[in-house]
Amino acid sequence: MRKSLLFILVVSSGVIFTIRLFSLQVFSSDYESQSLQNSVLKEYIYPERGFIYDRNGTLIVENQPTYDLMVIPRQLQQLDTIEFCNLLKIDKKLLVDKIKEARAYSTRKPSVFLAQLSKSDYAALQEKLWKYRGFYVQKRAVRKYNTSSASNILGYISEVNRFDLRRDPYYQSGELIGRQGIEKTYEKTLRGVKGVRYLQRDKFNRVIGPYQKGELDTLPTKAQDIYLTIDIALQEYGQKLLQNKRGGIVAIEPETGEILVNVSTPTYPPDLLVGRNRSENFTVLKNDTINRPLFDRGLQGQYPPGSPFKLVNALIALQEEAITPRFRVQCNEGHYYGRNDFMKCHCSYGTKNRLNSGIYNSCNTYFANVYRRTIDHFNDPKKGMDIWSNHVKSFGMGNYLGYDHPTGQKGFIPNSDYYNYWYPNQRWGATTSLSNSIGQGEVLTTPIQLANMVATIANRGFFYKPHFVKKLQRDSIAEKYRKPNYTTIDSIHFEPVVEGMSNVVKWGTARIARVPGVEVCGKTGTVENFVRIEGEKVQLTDHSMFVAFAPRENPKIAVAVFVENGYWGGRWAAPIASLVIEKYLTGNVRRTYLENRMVNGSLVDEYQKPLSGKPFEINE
Amino acid sequence: MNNKFILKFDWYTFLVYFALVAIGLINIYSIGHTQEESMLSLNHAFGKQLFFGFLSIGLIFFLQFPKVKVYERYSSIFYLIILALLIGLFIFGKEVSGAKSWYSIAGFSFQPAEFAKIITALALTKHLSEINTDLTTLSDQLTSFALILLPALIILPQPDPGSTVVFLSFLLVLHTEKLPSQYLLSCIGLIVLFIMTLLIGNTIATAIVLGLGLVYIIGLDRKRRRKRLLSTLLTLVLASGFIHSVDFVFENVFEQRHRDRFNIVLGREVDTQGIGYNINQSQIAIGSGGVLGKGFLEGTQTKGNFVPEQQTDYIFTTVGEEWGFVGSFVVVVLFMILMLRILLTSRRQKNNFSRIYCYCVVCLLFAHYSINLGMVLGLIPTIGIPLPYLSYGGSNLLAFSLLLGIYLKLDANRVNEW
Repeated sequence: MRKSLLFILVVSSGVIFTIRLFSLQVFSSDYESQSLQNSVLKEYIYPERGFIYDRNGTLIVENQPTYDLMVIPRQLQQLDTIEFCNLLKIDKKLLVDKIKEARAYSTRKPSVFLAQLSKSDYAALQEKLWKYRGFYVQKRAVRKYNTSSASNILGYISEVNRFDLRRDPYYQSGELIGRQGIEKTYEKTLRGVKGVRYLQRDKFNRVIGPYQKGELDTLPTKAQDIYLTIDIALQEYGQKLLQNKRGGIVAIEPETGEILVNVSTPTYPPDLLVGRNRSENFTVLKNDTINRPLFDRGLQGQYPPGSPFKLVNALIALQEEAITPRFRVQCNEGHYYGRNDFMKCHCSYGTKNRLNSGIYNSCNTYFANVYRRTIDHFNDPKKGMDIWSNHVKSFGMGNYLGYDHPTGQKGFIPNSDYYNYWYPNQRWGATTSLSNSIGQGEVLTTPIQLANMVATIANRGFFYKPHFVKKLQRDSIAEKYRKPNYTTIDSIHFEPVVEGMSNVVKWGTARIARVPGVEVCGKTGTVENFVRIEGEKVQLTDHSMFVAFAPRENPKIAVAVFVENGYWGGRWAAPIASLVIEKYLTGNVRRTYLENRMVNGSLVDEYQKPLSGKPFEINE
Repeated sequence: MNNKFILKFDWYTFLVYFALVAIGLINIYSIGHTQEESMLSLNHAFGKQLFFGFLSIGLIFFLQFPKVKVYERYSSIFYLIILALLIGLFIFGKEVSGAKSWYSIAGFSFQPAEFAKIITALALTKHLSEINTDLTTLSDQLTSFALILLPALIILPQPDPGSTVVFLSFLLVLHTEKLPSQYLLSCIGLIVLFIMTLLIGNTIATAIVLGLGLVYIIGLDRKRRRKRLLSTLLTLVLASGFIHSVDFVFENVFEQRHRDRFNIVLGREVDTQGIGYNINQSQIAIGSGGVLGKGFLEGTQTKGNFVPEQQTDYIFTTVGEEWGFVGSFVVVVLFMILMLRILLTSRRQKNNFSRIYCYCVVCLLFAHYSINLGMVLGLIPTIGIPLPYLSYGGSNLLAFSLLLGIYLKLDANRVNEW
């Protein structure tokens, strides 16, 4: 027994150790991941974010280096604090606090000491940096904007949040993602694909070489540059024209569907959302609920379309053979459509309008009759309403247009279900929705839908889906932007309407929109609108509205302009639209008097009225 | 040395020894691996260890020349010399990381404590093998204890508690040589009580001990009960007293780091960053090796230097990480073969000196190997002690080669002992 004690000990210890080894190495798999976590560093190599050009190849968005001053507390030595603070223009307290903060994070890992030094500060610092052990400068890239316009189109980038992280495993905390606009839609194109490098690190978290000789590493895929359909000069010009007014300009090239201009005011310069004050600025923009600078009026603003909608009604009536261009209506400063229901019109008593003059005089009575004849053309108003509704929707209204920008609204085009809902006993007819005939009432559209509508008229019956991107560096743009969408209206019906639009500018409601040497076809709109102030429905000054395309043959540009509370179409919208057309087609504006009036004109006082809390006059 | 000697030389043991040293060198190479300078340089751990490896094999070869009687006869003189060297450390010793355990000679450090274990083994063997030594007598018990404890107590304050614990393992040799069982049993009993008290607290521990005592007394027949009642009661009183002193010893005699080590292994505290860092990292290293390991020079924990003292006390973590379960198992098996082989050959020894020396060799190897692996695998509290033959350290390798070399000589010599 005594002799075998040692023998037993040796054998049993061997068994115990083998069991323990087995449980550690073969049974448990936790240790492997723990070991990777602790000794392998995954480092990402980010491709430079793609540039953004306008349609003419002007560089709008690029990247600029910024310089972060980093500190590794462990390497710090005695330093001349006064000189150092003067160099960086900081006080000593900040220096001490920052170092304390960095030390609390890690003594061996670098922390940001001062973020985004200016170039001149960096230049001054660079020469003396050798004196300060433990400090070094790290270069980072942020967006640089060569324009103060188009922020609503470009959008912005920001750090990923936890929802992004959950949604897309590609992203790691701290990375940037396109948050809005083109930066968001074309995020994958602009960012490329990051590469991964696995590095072996030691117990102090220092990198000591590649992991497994770099066999697992992947190379980054280069980002692509993007060419927008936007003409940035025109965009800036449009923004200048709209300054101190709320509204939007959307211009489309009819033959391609390329969006030339999408101005929305009030707006903000895009570089406000870059750099050290980003979050502060964003909060200010977000909380400005009066001017709503983050609200893209061109894409998101849902307004009654007003008189331009008459064009669509005319086309539908022609298509359904409810009228011919020779159809004639007499207007007596309006007309009765029910015993006590009167629709006003600005035509003088006894004016007889056919389609042509109906358009250029923008006669309400005429189009009310056109609309009634359309709906009543069928033995059932429900059927008539649905046919009408489908025709309107074929112009891209009442739904998202499908453009490559993340914001937008559907607008609203009613059908028979809508009226059945509100008039459950089915007692409704054409007169119930008569306001639709003049673009008031239930219909709602966004400026880009109207621009698309007028582009469709310019094309005599079809449109390309509006889009913001002309081409990508390597990939081609989506198929859906390269094929035409046909409306339900035959092309022969467009010519009378175009004739009317041409006369609008020649001797109709928008003579101010004449552009020397160019035949502009347009339609004004004066849109009644209401708000609720302390629970009461209050009418505000009418919106000023104008749609146009030019030239008449082989059109190059279709525009929709919307100025909130601008009173009547010819007052603000038509001049602005014509200036945009002139600028785009001729390259320079000869009507400088008009340009000055638009640029200097302000509606700020008008916008103050409903906010003042006092009674106010409208349309003055 | 002649043909007969070559035939009688225990080549198996020598091969196992050689394999262990080679494994040690491979892993030291991996730990210290850099591209910057030659690995063979003497400034480099691997180069140094390789040099000591050759020196050790030379030493084993050299040890085969003197007559066996030399080791036996001069053991007491060696013993006195080593005691003098140990005491001399307090005056001439070089302080390395808080421990005065080294003499520094011509760039090499020399750690007498490592050699003290081997010399003590020789002296103890000499004493026990004398014809009139009888461990059942108190006087011989006391002289044996004195032989062991004298160097142990000199080493303890250096401080080197690990080596001191190793000296206590000689108790196993004494036990094999007819030391009354009570010594070993009470030793084991005290350890069990100590751990039990730490785990479950004074009151419950006392209750359990008293309960067991009561069951024991009741279970005895009347005759024996009368005879053993007093001694059992005395044991119970002493045990209870010990239990109640555990807290005091733990809180007041132990240093914080010792307390921490117990707390981590007993699971009384979880802390992978501070006090539990070593043990956590070493388990991650071994555990991440898997079945086949990450491969030579591919251990990420090893490369990143995550395990402290990886070349010396924690060298087994490299084996575990880079060679996996297979490699670790091979090392465990090699140690078992070595110790079992020596135990088996002890039976064929013709004289007491050789036989008892075999026990001493196994004892020392077992103490180092089990404490080291137990610590690295997280089974026992951290006790800083190297793994024989594998760990980096010239003194350690030379001392254990000396231990084995003398054994090989004694074993080979049995043919001349007719």
